[in-house]
Amino acid sequence: MNAIPQLFFDAMSLGGIYAMAALGIALIFGVMKLVNFAHGEYIAFCVFALIVPSTDAVAVMFLGKAPAFVLIPTLLCVGALVAVGSEFFVFRHMRKATPVAMMISSFALGFVIQNTLLLIYSSRPKAISLWPELNMPIDLIGASIPLLQIIVILTTLIVVVTLALLLKKTRIGLEMRAAAENFTMARLLGVRANVVITGAFALSGALAAAVALIMVTQTGVADVRMGGQIMLVAFIATVIGGLGSLPGAVAAGFLIGAASVILQGFLPLEARPFRDAFLYTLVIVSLLLRPDGLFASNSTKPRV
Amino acid sequence: MAQTHKQKRLSAWSTPVLLIAILLVFTVLITVFGDKSLARMAAQTLIRVTFVVGLWIFVGNSGVVSFGHAGYMAIGAYCSAWLTLKPQMKGLFLPDLWPFLANAEWHVFPAAVASGLLAAFVALLSGAAILRLSGIAASIATFAFLAIIYTVYSSWEGVTGATSSVVGLARYSDQWVTFGWASVTVLAAAWYANSSSGLALRASREDEVAADASGINMYRHRLISLVVSAFFTGVAGALFGHSLGVLNPSSFYLGVTFITLAMLVVGGIGSLTGAVTGVLVLSIIIEALVRMERGMEIGETTLALPTGAQEIIIGIIMILVLILRPAGLTGGRELRLRIGGR
Repeated sequence: MNAIPQLFFDAMSLGGIYAMAALGIALIFGVMKLVNFAHGEYIAFCVFALIVPSTDAVAVMFLGKAPAFVLIPTLLCVGALVAVGSEFFVFRHMRKATPVAMMISSFALGFVIQNTLLLIYSSRPKAISLWPELNMPIDLIGASIPLLQIIVILTTLIVVVTLALLLKKTRIGLEMRAAAENFTMARLLGVRANVVITGAFALSGALAAAVALIMVTQTGVADVRMGGQIMLVAFIATVIGGLGSLPGAVAAGFLIGAASVILQGFLPLEARPFRDAFLYTLVIVSLLLRPDGLFASNSTKPRV
Repeated sequence: MAQTHKQKRLSAWSTPVLLIAILLVFTVLITVFGDKSLARMAAQTLIRVTFVVGLWIFVGNSGVVSFGHAGYMAIGAYCSAWLTLKPQMKGLFLPDLWPFLANAEWHVFPAAVASGLLAAFVALLSGAAILRLSGIAASIATFAFLAIIYTVYSSWEGVTGATSSVVGLARYSDQWVTFGWASVTVLAAAWYANSSSGLALRASREDEVAADASGINMYRHRLISLVVSAFFTGVAGALFGHSLGVLNPSSFYLGVTFITLAMLVVGGIGSLTGAVTGVLVLSIIIEALVRMERGMEIGETTLALPTGAQEIIIGIIMILVLILRPAGLTGGRELRLRIGGR
């Protein structure tokens, strides 16, 4: 087995998941300065939308029974709907609140979603087998790689390119970029706040659904807490990337994925349980060196 | 007529006295009328008061949201366990402890103080790096700090017992011990907020640039407040361990971080009164909902909420409070007596 290509693909696919989750958080932060802690719970919600509500250990497919060309768009819509719904019921009423109050209410919302899932599906993790054939290893430049990893990397690339095109070429994309740059000014120039914010939430929710699909296929379990860890990493990636910078979020997502795979591969055996401690130390160091993020946009610097 | 400076200072000191009086009434009422489980709930609530007021010393005065304080709590809790557990137990469960700690058999009070001091010392080191940042970058760095502490404490098998719990701590934190510490914390918080360092820090919270231009060294005052704040969160950790008798790293991670921040924000992040109010209000609501989940007998029928409904309702209440009163229940005002003046 060839170690270097293997590591490369591990890093790229893990980074891809982080990058997509980070994009979902960065999009919303860009338009309304909301650090959305409920994002991890959007992911969990989408995972559980795949299966029939029950408290049994083995999951019966619900949405998951549909063929892929129906399943994928439907799940993306489910994600978008959850996100837009949360904006409509919660965040729309908090436009004038401080970022801290918004952040705490997003956490409270996540708490509500998580406990609703617990109430319906119980806390036991469930086995799900969605597209198990994708985990079959295939040989590529001397490394044996599950097909899914390649799909993840391709999906990330497609999502990033599509999003970039959407932001560069369409009217709503232009409005979103304007809003991310300076929201007040954009509104004064005729950008409709509700449209832009709803759009950002819909995109963010769809990204959460994409992450959910990948995670379920990869791990084969549905767990109510599965969104928490990835949300944390994604959140850190958005800050390291420079808050409000979408390319920065993607790059930082890949960077964290790569760093964590490299640490896992090269740390001495007895230090490996402490991998995350090293990872987060790197995060602090990176913040100390570049407090505005590695790819800060100009608008993030506060003006006097 | 406006108050004189002296009257203002006296009036500011009435805040902690009033708050301690409220806590005293709360504790006495529960001791007199409540059963054993209610007394335990009172002790838990007062530990949270200690923690949240400790957290407020930093967050309220500096305006930087810290996600890392649960880490200082963990440091305090484990430190107290190392110092007070029986040496035979430590030899069995925590074989890799340093000889000094392995043979230690301290009294609980100096152990609690030592736990606070260790947390404060770690805060001095971590804060020296983290507080060079400001705004959201600082918050994320505290988050990273929390994750580091959590990873270390849940993987360091021979010293912290990793994910298997440390058991057998003396359960001495009843409602009176915790009331004592909560009162001390409230006094210390009021003292810090009215000290010159606290005032300078609040000035920098309102306007970083103006404070800087007035010669305030923001970094220094933030570090001072973090160290004071970590001392009390460390003590709260020690009390927490000694109230349940069991320690597990996952008790000091995201769950406690968020519920305590929520208490602070719901009460009102801008004032000491808000910190205490938030803890009392949310703790009482949570307890009431937990009891409703167990079922309430009205006449012949038993009404009970479905299990898990408590968390959902508390989440919805938090969202509603934040929508209706974004600055928290107290809106940043302090409870105080007007002495002299008008």
